[in-house]
Amino acid sequence: MRHWKCLFVVIAILLMGDLGESLGAAGQREVILATTTSTQDSGLLDLLIPLFEKKTGYFVKTIAVGSGQAIAMGRRGEADILLVHSPAAEEHFVKNGFGINRRLVMHNDFVIVGPPEDPAKIKGLKSVAEVFKRIAAEGKLFLSRGDNSGTHVKEKELWKAAGINPEKKRWYQETGLGMGETLNVAAEKKGYTLTDRGTYLALRKNLRLVLLSERDERLMNIYHVIEVNPAKWPKVNALGAKAFADFIVSQEIQEVIRHFGKEKYGEALFYPDAGKKVEELGK
Amino acid sequence: MELLIDGFLKAFGLLFSMDREVFSITLLSLYVSGLATFISLVLGITFGTLLALTEFRGRNFLVSLINTGMGLPPVVVGLFITIFLWRNGPLGFMHLLYTPTAMIVAQAIIATPIVMGISLAAMQSLPQKLRFQILSLGATRFQMFWLLVREAKLSLLAAVMAGFGGVISEVGASIMVGGNIKGYTRVLTTATVLETSKGNFDIAIALSIILLFLVYLINLVLTLIQQRERPR
Repeated sequence: MRHWKCLFVVIAILLMGDLGESLGAAGQREVILATTTSTQDSGLLDLLIPLFEKKTGYFVKTIAVGSGQAIAMGRRGEADILLVHSPAAEEHFVKNGFGINRRLVMHNDFVIVGPPEDPAKIKGLKSVAEVFKRIAAEGKLFLSRGDNSGTHVKEKELWKAAGINPEKKRWYQETGLGMGETLNVAAEKKGYTLTDRGTYLALRKNLRLVLLSERDERLMNIYHVIEVNPAKWPKVNALGAKAFADFIVSQEIQEVIRHFGKEKYGEALFYPDAGKKVEELGK
Repeated sequence: MELLIDGFLKAFGLLFSMDREVFSITLLSLYVSGLATFISLVLGITFGTLLALTEFRGRNFLVSLINTGMGLPPVVVGLFITIFLWRNGPLGFMHLLYTPTAMIVAQAIIATPIVMGISLAAMQSLPQKLRFQILSLGATRFQMFWLLVREAKLSLLAAVMAGFGGVISEVGASIMVGGNIKGYTRVLTTATVLETSKGNFDIAIALSIILLFLVYLINLVLTLIQQRERPR
C-alpha cells in the first residue's frame, strides 16, 4: 500500500507541474503560428523558428495545416499569426476584418508533375490551360489534394481558367491528404498532380514523377504573413504576432530564405519578396 | 525492401548514437502515454469494479456505453477536446491546447473506457461467493475492493496492456490537441506522420521500429509480472 501512495503523490506533482506551467506561460510569451504544410515539410520553419525564439524569447507553437484550415483558425481567433499561400481567401479574410497588416513574404511556383511516360503527352505544351485541357480530353488520371489548401484552391482556379469542371469525372480523384502524401499517391497510381516546387524538390528522390509543365505566370505561389486582428479577438497575442511578422520580412531573414535549400536541393526553394508588390513578382 | 533495410540501419543508428531529438521524443511518448494510462487505471478500475458490484436500473445501458467507448476513435476525442480547449472555447481559460497536458487528457479519455470495460468483465468473472466470504471475515468495503483487485490481477494487467497499447500507438488525438510542435508536443507517432509526409521514409521507419520496440519492452515486463502470478 505504502509505495502506491508514494506513486500517487509523485504523479499528482507531475500533473500539477505540467498544468502550472501551461497556466503560467499563458498568453504573453507564446505565439501560435498557423501555416501551410509546405513551409514545414520543406524544413524552412525548422530553420527560422529557433532563430526567432532566440532573438525575441517568444515560444512559437507552429500548427502546420493547409492554408484553408490555417485561415479558419485565424477567423476563430485560435491563431495569432498566419503564414499562408491562398491569396483570394486571404484578401477575403482581411477585408472582413479578421486580419491586419497582410505582408508579402516570399514566393515560389507550382509545377505539374506526372509519370515519366507522360500518357497524356503534356510535355512541351505552352500554357497550363492547354495542359489541363489535354489531361481532361485524354481522360488520364489527375490527383487533387481536395483539402481546401492553398494548392487545392490554386488547382481549382486553373481548372476554371481552362473551362473544365473536373468534379465527378472518372479520371479525377481527390486524396484529401497533404502535398507529400498526394505526391506519393500520384507516383504509385501513375497520375498527374499540381504541386509546389519546394515539396516536389524535397521529395523527388523517392518519387517516380517528373516535372512536365512549369513557368506559366498563373503558376505563381505567393506567401503572405497576416496578423490576426486583436480588435476582433482580444485573446490574440498581438505583440508576439507583430514580432514574428516583422522578423520574417526583415532584411536578415529574407537573406536566410534566399539561400535556404540551395545546398541540399541544388536550387532555392523560396524567393524572398518582402517590400515588393505582387504585380512585380517574376519580372 | 532496400528502404526497409535502410530504415532498420537508421533505427539502430539513432538508438545507439542517442540522437537527442529522437531521445526526447521517445521520452515524451512514454511520459504522456504512461501518465494517461495511469489516470485511466485509477478511474477505470475504480468505476469498473463499482459497476461490477452494484445493481441499478439502466446498468446494462451504461455497460453498453462503456463497451462502445472501448472503440472510441481517437480523432473524435481529439476533435471534441480541441473545440473545448480553444482559447475562445468553454475551457479556453486553462490555456491547455497544444500542450503535453492536453495530450494526456485526450489519451486518458481514450484509455479509460478500455480499462473500465476489461475491469468490469474481470470483476464479474470472479465467483460471487468470494465477496460474501471477504465481507463475512470482517473486511471493510475498501479492504474488499483491494482484495478483489488483487484477485483479478491477471486480467487487470491485461487491461493495463490494452490501455497503454491503445494510447501510445494513437496519432489522431495527439496531433490535434498537441499540434505536433517540435521539441514540445512531438511524440513518436506524430513524428512518424511528419517524416512520412516529408518523404524521409527511412527516419519514419526508424521511428516506427523504436515505437514497436518500446511497446514490446513494456509488454514484456507486464507479461512477466502477469505470468509470475499465474496460479499453478
